[in-house]
Amino acid sequence: MKARKIKELISFTILRLATVAVLLALFIILHFITSEGIRVINWEFLTEGPRDMARAGGIFPAILGTFYTVVGTMAIVLPLGVGASIYLTEYATQGRVIRALRVGINNLAGVPSVVFGLFGFTVFVVFFGFGASILSICLTMAVLTLPIIIRSSEEALKAIPQSFREASLALGATKWQTIYKVVLPHAFSGISTGSILGASNAAGETAPILFVGATFFMLHLPDSIFDETMLLSFHIYALLTEGIFPHYQIPIAYGTALVLITLILSVNLVAIVIRNRIRKKKKW
Amino acid sequence: MKRELKENIIRNFFFFLASLSIFCLVGIAVVLIKEGLPILEEVTLGEFIFGEIWSPIFEPPAFGIFPIIIGGLAVVFGALTIAVPFGVAAAIYISEVAHPKEKEIVKPTVEVLATIPSIVYGFFGLVFMAPLVRDTFDIPVGLNVFTASIVLGIMAIPIIASISEDAIASIPNSIKEASYALGAGRWETIIGVIIPTAVGGISTAVILGFGRVIGETMTVALVAGGAAIIPTSIFDPVRPMTATIAAEMGEAAIGSPHYFALFGIASILFGITLTTNIIADILLHRFRRKLTGES
Repeated sequence: MKARKIKELISFTILRLATVAVLLALFIILHFITSEGIRVINWEFLTEGPRDMARAGGIFPAILGTFYTVVGTMAIVLPLGVGASIYLTEYATQGRVIRALRVGINNLAGVPSVVFGLFGFTVFVVFFGFGASILSICLTMAVLTLPIIIRSSEEALKAIPQSFREASLALGATKWQTIYKVVLPHAFSGISTGSILGASNAAGETAPILFVGATFFMLHLPDSIFDETMLLSFHIYALLTEGIFPHYQIPIAYGTALVLITLILSVNLVAIVIRNRIRKKKKW
Repeated sequence: MKRELKENIIRNFFFFLASLSIFCLVGIAVVLIKEGLPILEEVTLGEFIFGEIWSPIFEPPAFGIFPIIIGGLAVVFGALTIAVPFGVAAAIYISEVAHPKEKEIVKPTVEVLATIPSIVYGFFGLVFMAPLVRDTFDIPVGLNVFTASIVLGIMAIPIIASISEDAIASIPNSIKEASYALGAGRWETIIGVIIPTAVGGISTAVILGFGRVIGETMTVALVAGGAAIIPTSIFDPVRPMTATIAAEMGEAAIGSPHYFALFGIASILFGITLTTNIIADILLHRFRRKLTGES
């Protein structure tokens, strides 16, 4: 009896140590970025453009570029993704068609990010002639985030009780009226938190945008969607791989990385807090 | 009648949106094959896949991607060697051992690891992990299979953990209760009942993790060392498929053999991830059916 207890204790301790090691890795990474990054961040760093071939100055154009990318991507992908999820939850019945659609969505989610970059380059930059531009970046990122948005809004739609739909249909509403007037308004908060999470992922992606419109150093801010742009994620990569002054560039990379993960983590946190609050409030 | 027509149009419109993912997937496949196939006018398929020299910009150029494939696989297996034990251990701990209050903190914290962008992991690997590995093992350069495996391994932990946890959570309580009723303790139930039942779901996690890790780009582009050689030791630098594409696409002229070769690499990479995803999908379905059949 005692031997059993000891065995259990040892096993649980090993499991706990493994989990603690994972948390420790997270802590080390965050600490590494924060402790070095905080030194270079000041008002000028956040509000001014780079100077001396990105050896000095700030990262404002990259912050703006990431903001444009996220907003543009969401403007394209949200209607498509939410529409797709409406079909999957409200219209489709189990069978071969829905199985095929799901296989398509799952496999699109599994495509390596750099492959999206090649696809975006061939289709948007070259074939449609949008060039290396914000538009090409947003379209490429929209394809990449489509499965994420479909999945999260599907979850939001599924969370609405069937009785709501039945009540609406019983009152004589059509399927579309039910979706438009009953399902979507109730799913709104769920869909928006899901898409905030999708958007924050889009902000961090680097590989897909390497060849479709990201640039290292710009003297002016982009003034149309056909302009190239700087981006936070690409800026880190470029600071580490381009240029010939690593001594000046690496501190800026730390600062950029800190800004990027602060943005992503705080947006995530807000979305999670909102989601938990909704869950507590809505008990149907 | 008019109302029905309108409803039908709306329905078809949503169906069209739902099938966009398939269009995109097919579109990606078509683009990769169309732009990748012309490399076979320069070299045979055998020379392309099994050729041991990759030097696309020298005269005469050589387009053998064997070192690139092997180098990539070395990093992936290294990463999974780290991510699978830690990911599965964390999943078991979170779902079966941790106190509910503890779970509420640990679970979202592990998920934070998944929100950190890969470029930040790459940066961390380049500036923190590589010097650490270099000094610890007293080797000249810290950018190699070993370092890349550690960083990619950390990245893959939340993927493995969350899918494994789903698998464990989907085991019906009745199965666990039966084990307790027979006098088994908590640990005996975990090792004797829960893990064997969840093994289908856990293997799905491993396969999906494989697909994710082999497609990871920014981390290996910065940390793997970048040499297109077949590694003979874990401290050799390598140049995985994704890193090759990321680093060379900018300098390859459209329509040149080098350009076609990079799309050829991407086609092979796409083929690998598509296959692993389909296998994982089939395994997951089988796992779910088994669970519902047994309970």
